[in-house]
Amino acid sequence: MSQHRPAAEIAANRARYEEHQRKGLETAPRALPPPSPRPAPPLAGILRQETIPPGWYWATRLRKGEALRVAQTGAHAAVALVCWRADDPGERLNLPDTIKVQWTTVISKGRVLFSDAGRVLLSVIEDSCGAHDVLVGGSTAAGNAQGGHGRNTRDNLVLAAAKFGLSRRDIPMALTLFAPTSVAGDGSLGWQTGKLRGDDFVDLRAEMDVLVALSNCPHPLDPAETGGAAVEISCFAPPPAAPDDICRTATAEARRGFENNAKIHA
Amino acid sequence: MPRSPKTAVQDHHVAAEAPFSCRVAKGQTIRIVDSHGQQAVDTLFYNAADFAERYSAQDTIRTQGAAYIGVGTRIMSNEGNVMLTVTADTSGRHDTCAGACSRESNTVRFGHEASYLHACHENFILEVTRHGMTRRDIVPNINFFMNVPISPDGRMTIVDGLSKPGDHVEMVAEMDVLCVISNCPQINNPCNGFDPTPIRVLVWDAE
Repeated sequence: MSQHRPAAEIAANRARYEEHQRKGLETAPRALPPPSPRPAPPLAGILRQETIPPGWYWATRLRKGEALRVAQTGAHAAVALVCWRADDPGERLNLPDTIKVQWTTVISKGRVLFSDAGRVLLSVIEDSCGAHDVLVGGSTAAGNAQGGHGRNTRDNLVLAAAKFGLSRRDIPMALTLFAPTSVAGDGSLGWQTGKLRGDDFVDLRAEMDVLVALSNCPHPLDPAETGGAAVEISCFAPPPAAPDDICRTATAEARRGFENNAKIHA
Repeated sequence: MPRSPKTAVQDHHVAAEAPFSCRVAKGQTIRIVDSHGQQAVDTLFYNAADFAERYSAQDTIRTQGAAYIGVGTRIMSNEGNVMLTVTADTSGRHDTCAGACSRESNTVRFGHEASYLHACHENFILEVTRHGMTRRDIVPNINFFMNVPISPDGRMTIVDGLSKPGDHVEMVAEMDVLCVISNCPQINNPCNGFDPTPIRVLVWDAE
């Protein structure tokens, strides 16, 4: 028994999938905006700022509607990010869902970051490069022992999570900002040089109350033999999202994700 | 000389759409058989002595410098240790980028009407809670026999599986592990040929 569903049902499900696939792969990318111009414009409504030295971590809580700017300070630095829903940290960043439902591994302006519960944690409201790593993750003590640099992202995220009362069990796959990894046709990993300038930035808007952990360590695939550089973090109050906000309207998947957000306290 | 089911120390038939788990001791070999072909097998591994150590897709991808799972892949933990090594594969590439389906992500992907369909995340919850774990312990998994090509421009989509009836993958355990499986119930994309089917899981002692 290799088939217990009727052929007509299978055909109908396949046709519906192919329609989703066509829209996701072809229509949605055309709706997205170009990268944000560099350098980053000055911010209004700054709530707090922090400079993370190379090798270190920082953690913060963001209320729904607040935003976080992660900005390079003139030299290349990569920043690993994980986050959790503040009032139920069992719900957390889920990068496989994030890339699967948006039909791309490319996170750029107009895209959103999903939790494991089909809701949007953070929206990418500004992004100068669209060159971020989803699949490879950050540095580790073991990797650094083979030629890396001092502190590492895995330990940093364990430490940052602990400051929120979370444990080693709670650390999801990390998104690394400013890490232009690529996947070739045979699956091999690459690093796309020339995508970053040293004054790149990303603005992320919280779409629910979230806990965010950041680690400023060189990405393990970065061929540059440096220890990284400081990054500047600004928490700020952006203008409220308009009804036609690009992150909320660019794709059918994002619209449904925000519909799920709206049900939390409904 | 292929291993015979007659000499297996464990031989499990896992129904379509069902959860499953078994322990595999260091040195033992686990085989997952796609009995009917084109069946995604969502799989997680935990250190049997400390469930806080578990499969890590990013560590696995980074360690091998490649995005897909195949012969020679060292299946890595979140603590940077080798959990198992893939030793045989009759089908081709396996995914570890696309995660598991859930009721919640199905609503995002396929519409809110997809909410009341069984999903892998539900299977994982049911199975890990049998071992004292919780939803927090469910992490991004391996999808054996699932075909998710990633284009150089980043485009990513689930397409028809490559596996034929009877194809299998084998791994030798490098530590004592708990293997947790969701025999994927998804009918909204091609990962199961839109028709979920049973699988078989066998374990042999070291030769």
